[in-house]
Amino acid sequence: MALLEVENLTVSFKTDEGIVTVLHNASYAVEAGEVLAIVGESGSGKSVAMMAVMGLLPRTAEIMADKILFNGHDFLKLTGQERRRLMGKEIAMIFQEPMAGLNPCFTVGAQLDETLQAHEKMGRKARRERSIELLTAVGIPEPERRLKSYPHEMSGGQCQRVMIAIAISCNPKLLIADEPTTALDVTIQKQILDLLISLQTQYGMGLIMITHDMGVVAETADRVVVQYNGRKMEEADVVQLFSNPKNSYTKALLAARPENAEGGRLQIVSDILDDVEGAMQ
Amino acid sequence: MTMATFEKIASLNLHKRPGFLVGAFILTMSALLALFPGFFAPFDPNAFNYSALKQPPSADHWFGTDNLGRDTFSRVIWAYSINMQMAIVATVFAMLIGVIVGALVGYYGGIADAIFGRCVDAIITFPFLVLVIAVVAVLGPGLTNMYIAITLVGWVYYARLMRAEIMGQMANEYATAGKVIGCSDMRIIFRHLLPNAITPVLTYWMTDMALAILLGSSLGYLGLGAQPPTAEWGVLIAEGRNFITTAWWLSLMPGIAIVLTGLGFSLVGDSVADLMRPRG
Repeated sequence: MALLEVENLTVSFKTDEGIVTVLHNASYAVEAGEVLAIVGESGSGKSVAMMAVMGLLPRTAEIMADKILFNGHDFLKLTGQERRRLMGKEIAMIFQEPMAGLNPCFTVGAQLDETLQAHEKMGRKARRERSIELLTAVGIPEPERRLKSYPHEMSGGQCQRVMIAIAISCNPKLLIADEPTTALDVTIQKQILDLLISLQTQYGMGLIMITHDMGVVAETADRVVVQYNGRKMEEADVVQLFSNPKNSYTKALLAARPENAEGGRLQIVSDILDDVEGAMQ
Repeated sequence: MTMATFEKIASLNLHKRPGFLVGAFILTMSALLALFPGFFAPFDPNAFNYSALKQPPSADHWFGTDNLGRDTFSRVIWAYSINMQMAIVATVFAMLIGVIVGALVGYYGGIADAIFGRCVDAIITFPFLVLVIAVVAVLGPGLTNMYIAITLVGWVYYARLMRAEIMGQMANEYATAGKVIGCSDMRIIFRHLLPNAITPVLTYWMTDMALAILLGSSLGYLGLGAQPPTAEWGVLIAEGRNFITTAWWLSLMPGIAIVLTGLGFSLVGDSVADLMRPRG
């Protein structure tokens, strides 16, 4: 049985102009220890799918699914309290903006402490030791001193490392990373991806990587879901996807990578969109 | 207080802000007078002295005496207790209610927010003083009822400010991140969002305390707040009004006390607002 199973997830929003459906019948499955990449452009529903699973969407969102099953817990029937007990403990999530993801009013130490305090039965001293251990694990130099730092005293890359430390603090079974490197510059991106993958292997977590960057997909994923306009276009093994893409949108997406530019011009995805099923016109 | 807090305060260079220093001095003196009026006042504020009626300021009676021979200086000083109490009691409960209600409706939105919005509109439509007077008229005059009336009207302004700040802070990912690590809504609102959203409310609170003193004295003057013979600045001005042509000091001296204290709050409030404004 997969760690996370989502079957036929549909998400729609009630707006003044009527009901807008942003995700149609998408299914996902992640095994323990596997890296699943969900790739797609803005508005493809990749973030919304995971926000729906985590229960982070506003109340105007309507979520329908045949099944959302995580490690034996039925997420469709979960009470608020049961959900809170799982979040941070068994499922963790990191976001795009590391600077905004940490609370500017509290020190790094306090924010690490909070998750441990909520989910683990540990004394103050044990929590502090665990915090230092976590900061070391994510490659932050001088962890004892960093515990007393405020988020604004650190760089974006360091903040993202702290976010990752908070996310893995209770040894979660599944980590969802929503564009974890988009806001960082290229050299830091590489470091953070390497860190995520090494932690994923070390802890044996399932990892869902939401991204729009084919480079990130190639570097990290075992399996790939390609989404466009709220629909799943293709799901394939990562090697297969790059060597033999089935769907015409996937082909267009791969052709549009900078390394495939011909005569100094990039290919444009929308040129071939006529063939894509469900494409916006 | 941690070391970092001390360093932060030291880095504000308060000694280079004359406005703050003057304001802080006035407020400190006012607080001392309010806490120990008996120590500073030379006479009993309510003792009649028929051998010294309506005397102009002199070495014995610095601010003169009134038509019953009571020492105006002592009465103005005893009034500090009541008027400084107004600055705090009339604002603190309004602030507490406003912060809680504002944070909740800002976070949850929806129907609660819509109802809140209409209530705010309804209350803000009326001038503040008119509404407070209407409430006091219903409850009956007196200090306690005046506090209730000011709180009933005043919380709206805090709530409006708080709601907007909370909504602004929610756009930051740390609010979502709180949910992701399994925090309850209450913990996210009051532990994560509130410390980031409270600054404008505290700044407004400083100015509101000055306004509360003015409002309290106005109501005292109109006979709706503190009741004679209580020594309260508004009451003192009202008592002196009948003798304004013959004993000008009776109304002027408490008037100066109001102006000075109001100035103190404003100067400190301005500096606090200035210091808390984010700088790049």
